[in-house]
Amino acid sequence: MNTGSTAEMIDPQSTAAGIAADAVSTEDVETIIRRRDGWIPIDWNELWHFRELLYFLVWRDLKVRYKQTLLGVAWAVLQPVFNMVILTVIFGHLVKLDSDGFPYAVFVYAGLLPWTFFSASVTLAGQSLVHQQNLMTKVYFPRLFVPTASVGASLVDLAISFVIYALILAGYRIVPGWQIIFLPALIFLTVLATLGISYILAAITVSYRDFRFLIPFMLQLMMYASPVIYSVHIFPQRYRWVLALNPMLGIIDGYRSAILGKPWNLTSLGISSAVATALFVYGIYYFRTTERGFADVA
Amino acid sequence: MSRPIITVDNLSKSYRLGEKRDPGRTFQEALTEGIASPWRRVRSMARGQALAPPPDRTFWALKGVSFEIQRGEVMGIIGKNGAGKSTLFKILSRITEPTSGCARLRGRVASLLEVGTGFHPELTGRENVYLNGAILGMKRAEIARKFDEIVSFAVVEKFLDTPVKFYSSGMYVRLAFAVAAHLDPEILIVDEVLAVGDGEFQKKCLGRMKQVSRGEGRTVLFVSHSLATVQSLCDRSLLLRSGEVAAIGPTYDVLAEYQSEPEIRTLSEISTATRRGEGAAKIVAGRLTDAQGATTSFLRCGDDVRIAIEYRSAKTNRLRGCRLSIAFADLLGHELFICSSELTNPELTMLPPAGELTCCIRRLPLTPGRYQLNLYLECDGAVQDDLEHAAEIEVVDGDFYGTGRNCPPGWEGRGVLSDYRWELSQ
Repeated sequence: MNTGSTAEMIDPQSTAAGIAADAVSTEDVETIIRRRDGWIPIDWNELWHFRELLYFLVWRDLKVRYKQTLLGVAWAVLQPVFNMVILTVIFGHLVKLDSDGFPYAVFVYAGLLPWTFFSASVTLAGQSLVHQQNLMTKVYFPRLFVPTASVGASLVDLAISFVIYALILAGYRIVPGWQIIFLPALIFLTVLATLGISYILAAITVSYRDFRFLIPFMLQLMMYASPVIYSVHIFPQRYRWVLALNPMLGIIDGYRSAILGKPWNLTSLGISSAVATALFVYGIYYFRTTERGFADVA
Repeated sequence: MSRPIITVDNLSKSYRLGEKRDPGRTFQEALTEGIASPWRRVRSMARGQALAPPPDRTFWALKGVSFEIQRGEVMGIIGKNGAGKSTLFKILSRITEPTSGCARLRGRVASLLEVGTGFHPELTGRENVYLNGAILGMKRAEIARKFDEIVSFAVVEKFLDTPVKFYSSGMYVRLAFAVAAHLDPEILIVDEVLAVGDGEFQKKCLGRMKQVSRGEGRTVLFVSHSLATVQSLCDRSLLLRSGEVAAIGPTYDVLAEYQSEPEIRTLSEISTATRRGEGAAKIVAGRLTDAQGATTSFLRCGDDVRIAIEYRSAKTNRLRGCRLSIAFADLLGHELFICSSELTNPELTMLPPAGELTCCIRRLPLTPGRYQLNLYLECDGAVQDDLEHAAEIEVVDGDFYGTGRNCPPGWEGRGVLSDYRWELSQ
């Protein structure tokens, strides 16, 4: 159903009652199409109306991804585990990095969880609009769903990885403390930051195709600026607040605090959370502003 | 009389020419430009705007289009290529935004630009039905409810669980159309998606379209090139010309207006086509006129038609043993009938070295549809010019038999009507 995006929707609650319905109910759903300049607020009604489509897009991405891979669902599991093993060997045993007093494998996996989610989402989302061009020039649906579906698919992978992590923790006989109740909030923050950056990159890549090549490079830089492999403590205290402008810094450190019971770094976490929220808001704004041109540029 | 279900008010759409943001534009280039006027560029990029183009480089795809459609009407949108039909379609389907003006749609809208939108080759038929249905706007419950109907319409029961990449193109199209055919909106906007599949399937699609529009009383906006289909489905039509509304009203009248469009030439220049022959004499141009002599771009079945063919040769004396013929064929190339000059006009076997011959056909005996013309010129004992597919013409509904009916279902585009009557033998 096509109902207002550059439009206002009045009472979207009309059901599929068919033509036999009286004139009153059909006249309730009115779509007004006109040009809108500048900032277009999100039509939450419309997003809710199309919610099933988001589910289908995520479902499609997952199904297709797993039909095409040899390893199937195992890939979601294998990637962070594999990384963990390699990094543990190199940085845990050979280089012997400080891992805040925890076994390195456990320590690094706590960082790999959110990081893998973030980098996979951003990479997929960046290309998502460009790949869906065919769809976007033929049918109307909230374009915001396209990068969101990429992030959604990675969220499923994240869930699977968490299960694996539980097994690993059990193997090391580590039981998370009460701080684990903060984990959902951290995941929420991670998703915010990821969505924000994904929206921006997805929209930019439509106009500037070479961003596709910049993204892996940016991600690599960002990984070194985040406490994935090493502890956040290697960064000197007084510069940490600048580094916390990288949202993943505070957030990844937060994961370790919530799951492993490391002391919290509230300043970093606070700054990173603020940046994550700002990115999310700006991401939506940027996306909505450029959205109207997607079908034209395609 | 309630308010119109669709109101379009002064809708316009312009595109930038030349400096259009082209997909090859790189961030690098933007950066370099940015250095030239840094702050402005950064600000506009951060706001997601592109700088405005010089005003004389705009192309207006639609200009001041206004019309109203009442509930239950089936409105055809016609016009030649580039007139703005697809742009209007895209704006009303919210795929692209208008530059100015406004449109109001009172009711749930579904639009079909192509069948199989969103079909993914790796997914099975069953999965794609759900995916496609969701993309077109159906809810999951609705798709589940209609699933069996969709599958039996498409006749693909046995292949539901095979990935669609293994489907034949016919199956693919049938399944895609089946999903689209079961949409349940109040307003349906369709860009011609019926020109797909084989004859049998086209019949089914047409039938379904008729049922949806007349039977179920939905409002349909039908954008099409096929005048014959527009005529059979649409009560009213709108003619777009260079982005503006040239005519709106009962289909019959609008078609008449379309007919007189000077730019439409189906036969005027015989340029390429598959051309064989000695070449000593050549057919150079052709013209279609109705009985009154007015140039037309399409013919009405049952009407008197005149086709003028102009030929030239390098010779100075008269040509002997001449034959000029026009064969009417369907779009697959099967010739249906021929009008050959020597059969009816033996005096025309001698012709001046250059001139124009007109073939006058009374009561054009073709069913509505598109046909191609094969032209043939022979003289001085040899084939001089043999043009296959010299032109395509469109035949619309007329009145060959005087009964108002002239085409059995399934015979569009391939039937020759002959004079006959039936009698009951006692």
